[in-house]
Amino acid sequence: MTLMKKFLGAAAAAALTAGAAAADPALIFDLGGKFDKSFNEAGFAGATRWAEETGGKFLEIELQSEAQREQALRRFAEAGANPIVTMGFAMTTPIEQVAPDYPETKFVNIDGWANLPNVLTISFAEHEGSFLAGVMAAEASKSGTVGFIGGMDIPLIRKFACGYAQGVKSVNPDATVIANMTGTTPSAWNDPVKGGELTKAQISDGADVIFAAAGGTGVGVLQVAADEGILSIGVDSNQNHLHPGKVLTSMLKRVDVAVYNALKDGADLETGFQNLNLAAEGVGVAFDENNAPLVTAEMTAAVEMATKSIVSGEVKVEDYAAAESCSVLEF
Amino acid sequence: MDFLTLLQVLDSSVRLAIPLLLACLAGLYSERAGIFDIGLEGKMLAAAFAAAAFAAITGNVWIGLLAGIGASLILSAIHGIASITFRGNQLISGVAINMLAAGMTVLIAQDWFKQGGRTPSLMGEGRLNPITLPFADMFESIPYFGPTYEELISGHSALVYVAVALVPLTWWVLFRTRFGLRLRAVGENPASVDTAGISVVRLRFTAVAICGILCGVAGAYLATGLQAGFIKDMTAGRGFIALAALIFAKWRPWYALYACLLFGLLQALAVRFQSIEVAGVVIPVQFMEALPFILTVVILAGFVGRAIPPRAGGEPYVKER
Repeated sequence: MTLMKKFLGAAAAAALTAGAAAADPALIFDLGGKFDKSFNEAGFAGATRWAEETGGKFLEIELQSEAQREQALRRFAEAGANPIVTMGFAMTTPIEQVAPDYPETKFVNIDGWANLPNVLTISFAEHEGSFLAGVMAAEASKSGTVGFIGGMDIPLIRKFACGYAQGVKSVNPDATVIANMTGTTPSAWNDPVKGGELTKAQISDGADVIFAAAGGTGVGVLQVAADEGILSIGVDSNQNHLHPGKVLTSMLKRVDVAVYNALKDGADLETGFQNLNLAAEGVGVAFDENNAPLVTAEMTAAVEMATKSIVSGEVKVEDYAAAESCSVLEF
Repeated sequence: MDFLTLLQVLDSSVRLAIPLLLACLAGLYSERAGIFDIGLEGKMLAAAFAAAAFAAITGNVWIGLLAGIGASLILSAIHGIASITFRGNQLISGVAINMLAAGMTVLIAQDWFKQGGRTPSLMGEGRLNPITLPFADMFESIPYFGPTYEELISGHSALVYVAVALVPLTWWVLFRTRFGLRLRAVGENPASVDTAGISVVRLRFTAVAICGILCGVAGAYLATGLQAGFIKDMTAGRGFIALAALIFAKWRPWYALYACLLFGLLQALAVRFQSIEVAGVVIPVQFMEALPFILTVVILAGFVGRAIPPRAGGEPYVKER
């Protein structure tokens, strides 16, 4: 048994340290998987860009279960990786556990809320990006009714919904926003069939643009929206290419930029809190050749206007996560 | 609620109930033969992946359907070998199948398509398209009946009609044929079947294979009928709801149809109305979603009739001691 343990330990250490110099950075992808076409993949893209530009190397692991979170952090910290970049809010608690034990190592907690001297916590102003998506939805809607379909009902997703509703109302104060959540368990992120049914229900209530902030469930929303001939809005990564000419835009969360910057700063990373908002180009809406035919001149003008007034502070987008309530939308 | 909304809700319940019904009938055959199967979820998932993958590669949904059935049959064979031939614990084998399917589908999808454990979106012939039944236009002008025919009865994909037709067929096979009698007997008292000179092992393997085929159809319907592609864990617990429906239906085909339609209706109501107000009290959507399980527990506890599983269920058959 002990021999077995030694072997396994050595093998694991070898796997993690393979080809690693003392201060290579490390990336921990969350349960969604490295190639989730969304959040984690954006992080991977940022790291790849850094590796290509600098010729540097980075360690990485894809988590397979909740139990691996702390283990992975400790292994990387023991192996001397610095900084250790983690994806997703679920890493917050493990980081709070591990980070004090390795004061020399710097940790990056994307989307989390860890507050420690050697942790950089990066958050995104999703409500501001969603506001822009709402502006576009209201411009594109003919019926005056637009929809929102969230994944699991958590404050982060309500933040999307609230920002979106505010954007819609800023263009058309009389517009109706229908907001639905897929569920209250993690399976709500991966239920495209239910997403499709929610889409059909919203369409029969008159919605003609639907914003999906629902992970894999969103794929079902985009599919049914395209089948039924209405517009949809993607999330996190640029999803315009999934149904060219049918996806109005995608609300971008520039996780790639966050990861790229963290790796570029390396061990000299400044810790503390960083909020990537519209002004820092941490969020935005996607324009490319796939949605070009859908985007009108008024739409671009409205988005530019909204961007300007948010960046200048003229318009303040209400943040659900901070206020825990939303003045324009009831859940 | 006006008439059109009612129709839309019912239409949605049918769509949501069909995968449950197919999986429920699958479980019915297996459990009636004395093989408990909590691997319905995993088999559906594997079938959903195989159906979507092969439909995406060949562009033909029917090849996808066959591939889905094939994938589900492979898992059925594993379950059969583990629990019939080697007399292993049927629940553990079922759990293993669920885990195997959850992991393998994403792994293979990533290797084949490099889209993050998804298959590409299916187009045209790669999808199971809805069928418009004859006379849909003709009946249109008839009030109530016309819209009902057009919205609710017509316009589903072929597998929906197959699934509904399977209910009387299953009843007939189980209760009116020699095979059905033996199948039920092997789930109640395999020793007596053996004494009559009939192979218990072969009967149970047949039941498990039928279960695999039906789960395959259910998974294929999810991935190619309701959706256009596979996404990891897309069955989202439907296999377990089907098991609940099976218990709720007390292992009988017609009741299985009613139970699945009821569970489908509950889901459809939860989708359509996020919160329902009944006599001034707002019922939260979470309660609607939990209702199938609550009802099953009530049934199991013996409040509304009693659910008695096949007597030899879960026990491997040992010929000689």
